[in-house]
Amino acid sequence: MTTTATIEAVWRIEQPKLAARLTRTLRDVGLAEEVVQDAFVLALERWPRDGIPHNPAAWLTRVATNRALDRLRRTVLIDGKHRQLAVDLAELERAMPDIESALDEDIDDDLLRLVFTACHLVLPAEQRAALALRMLGGLSRLEIARAFLVPEATVAQRIVRAKRTLRDAGIAFETPRGQERRERLGAVLEVIYLIFNEGYVASSGPDWLRADLSNEAMRLGRLLATLMPEQSEVIGLLSLMELSASRFGARTDGAGNPILLLDQDRSRWDWSLIRRGLDGLNRAMALTPTPGPYQLQAMIAACHARAVSAADTDWIAIAAYYQALALAAPSPIVEVNRAVAAGMAFGPAQGLAIADALRDEPRLKDTHLLPTVRGDLLARLGRTEEARAEFRRAAELTGNEKERALLLARAGSKLT
Amino acid sequence: MRFMMLMIPGGYATAAPDVRPEAEAVATMMKYNEELKRAGVLLALDGLHPPSSGARVSFKGGKPAVTDGPFAEVKEVLGGYWMLDVRSPEEAIEWARRCPAGENDIIEVRRVFEMNDFPEDVQKVVDGFDELKD
Repeated sequence: MTTTATIEAVWRIEQPKLAARLTRTLRDVGLAEEVVQDAFVLALERWPRDGIPHNPAAWLTRVATNRALDRLRRTVLIDGKHRQLAVDLAELERAMPDIESALDEDIDDDLLRLVFTACHLVLPAEQRAALALRMLGGLSRLEIARAFLVPEATVAQRIVRAKRTLRDAGIAFETPRGQERRERLGAVLEVIYLIFNEGYVASSGPDWLRADLSNEAMRLGRLLATLMPEQSEVIGLLSLMELSASRFGARTDGAGNPILLLDQDRSRWDWSLIRRGLDGLNRAMALTPTPGPYQLQAMIAACHARAVSAADTDWIAIAAYYQALALAAPSPIVEVNRAVAAGMAFGPAQGLAIADALRDEPRLKDTHLLPTVRGDLLARLGRTEEARAEFRRAAELTGNEKERALLLARAGSKLT
Repeated sequence: MRFMMLMIPGGYATAAPDVRPEAEAVATMMKYNEELKRAGVLLALDGLHPPSSGARVSFKGGKPAVTDGPFAEVKEVLGGYWMLDVRSPEEAIEWARRCPAGENDIIEVRRVFEMNDFPEDVQKVVDGFDELKD
């Protein structure tokens, strides 16, 4: 008797390759996703009784391809012979006996094509995330739904819409080249980082599945780094994720209250993740003289990781990297962080000059971020009353009760 | 969760110090390692020289005593390891099953302790230890 956990393990290992292979032979992501799922359902039914086949990859490929043939034949029957199929049915039937030998073919190109297709720019980020976790991570719709705290039907709909969009837009199953590759790689990295952050936000909570999203994202990052070892931003993102994840264990106290980076007990950081993050960063640095946004963020995270104590932090380097980040990927949030870093590196007046320039920024209007930072800088300049007003404003804007209490305390207390 | 796959090659306990794996065996193993990498689960791996060129330090009676290899009384010795990041113990075992190992080889699959596995008082004692690793 084979347990479900063992079948799931085999499934997780085989699923991405199966999806990549099927998408190539069928030239249709949607159909591939469906028949791959069919194959898994059948495995869950058969394997507990019959045991796991000697060559599970061959078994799954054969079942999935047969299902695809059935569906395609039915389509031809219903819609008539003249309907254009994405794939030559007869050719597919002829290829069936050679399935086992086809398994030995290099899968990397197919996997890379699947990455670029599932994470295509035409899809909204949330659909990309669902499709990537589904086809490359091998997660079920229910698992994705639990991880993103949405109903399963929502995930199912996201996947259906994504598949329809890819089909209607006639997206080819291919790896883009040149300038297009750079743009589309951005869409891929964005969605991996989105998945990571979903887990990052959640990983203090009791729900392991949500927290595990960060690990899922790191595995996707490692897959990508294997497929594209020459892309500095791929390695930069992986390094950023590893360095950020190294602080998971130190981010909350025993009662679940968040602990800010500079107040964290550094002995609780995961040093094996830090080592891998720093190694990756070194490789990325060797690849390019001009680091991209993810690599720059990894460089900032590395400054924190390398500092033995908060007081040892190299703020001048961090301020410089934020300056570079503001040029490479400008955003109000980057500017706020640049203000903090400049304040630490060159004194509160320098930081305040950057923060003050943001006061009319509409995208910061509804967050407590800017008033908190300004309050801090003003307090350090001895402008106590202005600082208090900023902390009060920040307290009104934050949605977090614990943070509000903290900010109100600063608004009322003697500021040093 | 992190797991270690510990390779215990058959006959390695008595292998000569200059024994090296053959090119063909290495090529097969490299293919397997590539699979692990491609799945995003491989964190680290290393191979070990035979124990005949190693040493054992034992602590009988509280005093360290050094014995040079080979170690006649030891039948199973390590030949290398893989460190994996996987979703379940079953996944780690499934990866071990797929290893192109020889018929006398054994792979032991062991979970790596994380800080959260320890009770609070142990965590306190361990605090600061990680800094040593850097």
